[in-house]
Amino acid sequence: MNLPETIEQAHEGLMKKEFSCIELIRAYLDKIKKENKELNDFLGLTEDLAEKQAKKVDDKISRREKIGPLEGIPIAVKDNILVKDYEVTAGSKILKNYIAPYDATVVRKLKEAGAIIIGKTNLDEFAMGSSTENSAFGVVRNPVDTTRVPGGSSGGSAVAVAANHCLGALGSDTGGSIRQPAAFCGIIGFKPSYGVVSRYGLIAMASSLDQIGPLARNVEDTRLIFDAIKGKDSFDSTTIEAKDFKNSTHHLRVGIPKEFFSEGIDRELREKVEKEINKFSEVGFEIKEISLPYSEYALAAYYIVMPAEVSANLARYDGVKYGFSHPAGDHPKGGASLLDLYLKTRAEGFGNETRRRIMLGTYVLSAGYRDAYYHKAQKVRALIKQDFERVFKEIDFILTPTTPTPAFKIGEKTDPLSMYLSDIYTVPVNLAGLPAISVPCGKADRLPVGLQIIGPQFKDDLVLEIAQIYEQLHQ
Amino acid sequence: MISKEQVSRINSEQVEHIARLARIELTEEEREKFTKELSSILDYFEKLSKVDTSKIEGISQVTGLEDVMREDDAQKIKGSETRNKILEQAPQKKGDYFQVPKILE
Repeated sequence: MNLPETIEQAHEGLMKKEFSCIELIRAYLDKIKKENKELNDFLGLTEDLAEKQAKKVDDKISRREKIGPLEGIPIAVKDNILVKDYEVTAGSKILKNYIAPYDATVVRKLKEAGAIIIGKTNLDEFAMGSSTENSAFGVVRNPVDTTRVPGGSSGGSAVAVAANHCLGALGSDTGGSIRQPAAFCGIIGFKPSYGVVSRYGLIAMASSLDQIGPLARNVEDTRLIFDAIKGKDSFDSTTIEAKDFKNSTHHLRVGIPKEFFSEGIDRELREKVEKEINKFSEVGFEIKEISLPYSEYALAAYYIVMPAEVSANLARYDGVKYGFSHPAGDHPKGGASLLDLYLKTRAEGFGNETRRRIMLGTYVLSAGYRDAYYHKAQKVRALIKQDFERVFKEIDFILTPTTPTPAFKIGEKTDPLSMYLSDIYTVPVNLAGLPAISVPCGKADRLPVGLQIIGPQFKDDLVLEIAQIYEQLHQ
Repeated sequence: MISKEQVSRINSEQVEHIARLARIELTEEEREKFTKELSSILDYFEKLSKVDTSKIEGISQVTGLEDVMREDDAQKIKGSETRNKILEQAPQKKGDYFQVPKILE
């Protein structure tokens, strides 16, 4: 069968009985099995669950019952999000073979909406990285050019969507991990406002920054998934009910922050983004240059706040409670000490980037350095948030490139700092908790380029509406 | 403020100390590698010293929510099923407890 390209197409195909849900799901599973050897976007398939869910949808269709827009739609889930009774590794050796004891709230909601969970996607270990080269289970390849990275950390989810291994996917975004891979793979990636989507059942990386969001092929599909997963959750006390803003998209003002077009940006990519921004003025948006002076400090503040939270969150992987446990702790037979169990489990269980960030976080929180680093970064974070609040009094949304360069080569960035710099345009958004989406806006040097739309806090619907307007302009 | 003498370098003894605090064993080779990498990241942080934050109060979150409460209802998480699934996967356990190597002689 010919696979559908969008959720809407699949929905129509199911309704018109062009194919059954089980046929659709099996066709997707076959395609994944064939192509995963090269792309490595999936760590595991949830075949039994998917087939069981698909049969239910087929029964409903055969009874001529109406089905919802996500019913029967294959969705992939990043492997740091729990799907009950399936392995969840977070891309780490330390959680290899660990079986999720419950469903994440977003997974429960997708199941309730009738979406089919098709598999778990590859990622940088514990979502730490910008290329999906840090997975303990091998690098993921960009389907646009398999010598290049797909971005990260939600590289597996972005590739799964781009290669039509599913019709939508969940990712998580702590500093750009949904938007950057979406940009590199030429698809859409949406990071909602912090607090709008529950993090219950997301393996924690940096709790004040982490946010789950959808990746998809068009804005409508992105919105369908977002609407299904959002909402206040009593299991995540940081969630809020998204308010309904009455958005009028007439005479909106667009802010272009000059700091996002300066040094370090690829020339061709910059020209492409500037050209696309001009299209907004052609349809009546007022374009204004703005300044976000503290954005220059966002990456430094982020690489203090985030590792600090990482070092606390990852303290739980100690060889005692779950996952990998070094044989040094093979008590009660041997005479190993508890300290040895900790030291060896974490030395062997964690990869380089994870250990680097745990140590960095431990350092910036340690006695004598906490004020100079951690407290300083929290203050700079306040200034970054204020920067955005100030400009949103004069403009309605912001346009920037999603990344400074298109997808780079696998193995190209060996120095950690140069890898960190690929998140320079996405990180400020997480520090301020804002909604932002990356939409494909063409190519530079034959590689996809992403346009980032940033909105005021909790105006997630506005960001999606602007993305949809741009999508129509771009076609 | 961050002063140059205080932070521009981290030496391998400090990295060893940090690694112990973080409960990560390092080989000598790893220690040298991380020392170099962490130093260059810490150098990058120096740019923050240019920002005047003397009158700024730091933030640790962005929603403004405080003291969020709910009823302490164990039923809600279907206690035993989840608990059993977690305990089943413990590397070492004794009855309903996680087991660790002896810490007292």
